Amino acid sequence: MVHQFDTVIVGSGGAGLYAALEASQQSKTAVLSKLYPIRSHTGAAQGGISAALGNVEEDKPEWHAFDTVKGGDYLVDQQAANILTEEAVQAVYDLENRGLPFNRTPEGRIDQRRFGGHTRNFGEGPVRRACYAADRTGHMILQTLYQQCIKNEVAFFDEFQVVDLLLDGTTTQGVVAVELATGELHVFAAKAVLFATGGFGRIFKITSNAYANTGDGPAVCARRGIPLEDMEFYQFHPTGIMGLGILISEAVRGEGGILRNREGERFMQRYSPTLLDLAPRDIVARSILTEIRAGQGIRGDRKIDDYVHLDATHLGKAVLSSKLPDITGFCKTYLGIDPAETPIPVLPTAHYAMGGIPTDVHGRVIMDGTGTIVRGLYAAGECACVSVHGANRLGTNSLLDLVVFGRRAGQHIGDYVKQADMPQPNATAADEARAFIDRLTDGSSGPHGGHITDEMQTTMMEKVGIYRNQKEMQAAVDDIQALRQRYRSVRVQDTAKPFNTDLLEIIELGNLLDLSLLTAAAALDRRESRGAHSREDFPARDDDNWLKHSLAYLEGDTVRLDYKAVDTSIWEPKPRTY
Amino acid sequence: MNIILNIQRYNPDVDDAPHFKEYEVEVGPNQRLLDALMQVKRFQDGSLGFRKSCAHGVCGSDAMRINGKDGLACKTLIKEVAQKDGDTVTLEPLRYMPVQRDLIVNQAEFFKKYRSVKPFLINDESVAEKERIQSQDERMQFDDTTNCILCASCYSACPVLQDNSDFLGPAAIAQAYRFIADTRDRGFGERLAVLDQVDGVWPCQNHFKCTQSCPRSILITKRINQTKRLIEKHKQKKGDN
Ligand SMILES: Cc1cc2nc3c(=O)[nH]c(=O)nc-3n(C[C@H](O)[C@H](O)[C@H](O)COP(=O)(O)OP(=O)(O)OC[C@H]3O[C@@H](n4cnc5c(N)ncnc54)[C@H](O)[C@@H]3O)c2cc1C
Ligand code: SF4
Ligand code: FES
Repeated sequence: MVHQFDTVIVGSGGAGLYAALEASQQSKTAVLSKLYPIRSHTGAAQGGISAALGNVEEDKPEWHAFDTVKGGDYLVDQQAANILTEEAVQAVYDLENRGLPFNRTPEGRIDQRRFGGHTRNFGEGPVRRACYAADRTGHMILQTLYQQCIKNEVAFFDEFQVVDLLLDGTTTQGVVAVELATGELHVFAAKAVLFATGGFGRIFKITSNAYANTGDGPAVCARRGIPLEDMEFYQFHPTGIMGLGILISEAVRGEGGILRNREGERFMQRYSPTLLDLAPRDIVARSILTEIRAGQGIRGDRKIDDYVHLDATHLGKAVLSSKLPDITGFCKTYLGIDPAETPIPVLPTAHYAMGGIPTDVHGRVIMDGTGTIVRGLYAAGECACVSVHGANRLGTNSLLDLVVFGRRAGQHIGDYVKQADMPQPNATAADEARAFIDRLTDGSSGPHGGHITDEMQTTMMEKVGIYRNQKEMQAAVDDIQALRQRYRSVRVQDTAKPFNTDLLEIIELGNLLDLSLLTAAAALDRRESRGAHSREDFPARDDDNWLKHSLAYLEGDTVRLDYKAVDTSIWEPKPRTY
Repeated sequence: MNIILNIQRYNPDVDDAPHFKEYEVEVGPNQRLLDALMQVKRFQDGSLGFRKSCAHGVCGSDAMRINGKDGLACKTLIKEVAQKDGDTVTLEPLRYMPVQRDLIVNQAEFFKKYRSVKPFLINDESVAEKERIQSQDERMQFDDTTNCILCASCYSACPVLQDNSDFLGPAAIAQAYRFIADTRDRGFGERLAVLDQVDGVWPCQNHFKCTQSCPRSILITKRINQTKRLIEKHKQKKGDN
């Protein structure tokens, strides 16, 4: 079936919905989402969205921008960070005005709390910048934006999974999607397409990310010749529930929680004397691993799955139940402990992709190192790389990224489609996608995806994790290549057309494999340590050679790497201490 | 331990009616029921259909009937439903919604009822300050209702819907309350038309099944009763009661 829209938005998390609200006011817009919109993983975000409102203490967007740049280990494009932090203030007020139930100060204003790496006056000490709704901030953002879409009668195609992007040279023509309910392929011809498909934490074994976080947008783009930027920078959040990876928000430390080793020592004192437990995530995650490797984990056996304690027992039941109720619930449900009485066993968990589809500050996709724009193609949210997070994202800056750049992309699309012609994809537009699906479902025998998924996740976790080195990353590249080879003979077991979740998961696995390869290859090539990318064999940051964004091109079975400059027009890179 | 999942299967392409199929899985007592389902799907039978995403009780995808009770597979630990080797856990799709495939139901009607209560802030007054001021107490009035993840557990648990499929249902009413109890909202009048009709709030008979099933601990029945009282008060004020 062929549909025609001015604008197609792929994904209905925070970024997709905000863009949809804007774009639908100016153009005929369809939102395609493989999940019901309110099931998107934005709803899992806990701790907060940052903006220098100054509601509880003095704050300035400029301080916020500086923290973002330094937090990203100077790989952040600085003018973009300025836009992010300046537009943050109005963005948060807009959310409130649209109904978002923020926690309040005693004066009835939006309350704010501390978060890692957010400081006053260029690093003097922690500042209260994170606006929050208990520990359900993402849920409230997702709900509020969805409610606004209902109000504005945005057209949704729920449970449509996009599998291909249609390009005519450097002009966008639309996308191809599978409808879950029927198994039919649909072509959506569109002047503008926005990818807002979220993260891809599922390349790793232990992750805070949902099953649906399989990086479909970036993978589809990569296969259509668009490079992915800064893929080597993947954030491990310091505090996931041991074994499960379920996130325990940094807000716990923002409210005063303390990380302790087996001696009960507040070990962050040794690693980050000023910000302590509220140092940026890459630093805290490495500190935890260093403690564990030194036999200072709680078991003390130096094994990779040893853990440390996140101690919130001194916060009291009142703070926990009013400001961290869901976290308290997760601990009770999954660990059988009450954090008011017992420290939480935590370990780093794969959490956030700093890299992704390269865009400018209007969300337009850039397809090379010289700034060539793909006409009509946009990306926003976690799947995009603007880059405002550089080598390490600060907590609360992602939700902010969604609303600021989701809105900017939506507005730009509104203008763009007015002067663009409606593309006419030819009759064979869906053929490649169809051939691919036909092979998976041709009834011949082949392995199922389960074991490949398992092995991929284990390889990435063990070999392209928090600490990295040449030997292991090379092994990871080889392993992933072998898995991609095996993937070619995979077949689905489900032969039905309606609700064939088996087929859709196997398509997702293909995406994860491609992104694993790009991540491992980009990581192997960067011979320095910066932000979340820390190499045992190159432990120092090397600005002379590596102050540049990577661009990884998927060319058949090989990855070609190119690089492009970082915008450092405001602050000169300095050593990063906290 | 080894437990048996007894799962209702239905494939509209080939089945005339739903039937049950058993799977044996090895799981630990502290694992999630969803983990057991994933084991089946990944390593035994890829054709098993169910929805899932977040895996920790915040997205509302995997509500189903677990041993006859409505809840989320990812928020149910094995030890809550099986104690020893050989124990059986029966899994069925949610009630009152057409089954599309195995444990997947069509939620169109559920969402239609939700949308009918205008679940968005209604207030076109201009904002005097940058944000609308709201006290901490005012904010707490509707706090629990903001947690709804639209999983439809409560809907499936409600005995009233058995005989009256037009009843608005617990989730939609709780979401109406979420806004009418918000000091920033001005939409009570607009929502009244939906709430104050035979199949609006009134069919609720306080069975409390919704409240018991809600994985987000929303005091649904209480909120329904508060909504009823707000409507009565409003009508008294207008003098047409
Ligand atoms: C547990 C957790 C807590 C977090 N807490 C915070 C926090 O406190 N503050 C903060 O700033 N950030 C936080 N983050 C990060 C932040 O929440 C995410 O980066 C952000 O929500 C991603 O939003 P998104 O709109 O890009 O994608 P998502 O919300 O993940 O949405 C992706 C959308 O794309 C759709 N989709 C995907 N693939 C396809 C396809 N092939 N076809 C059609 N549709 C598709 C999905 O259905 C979904 O609607 C947290 C992240 C996690 C995991
Ligand atoms: S009220 Fe509770 S049970 Fe009902 S839909 Fe919302 S979260 Fe689910
Ligand atoms: S999978 Fe999200 S609620 Fe269970």
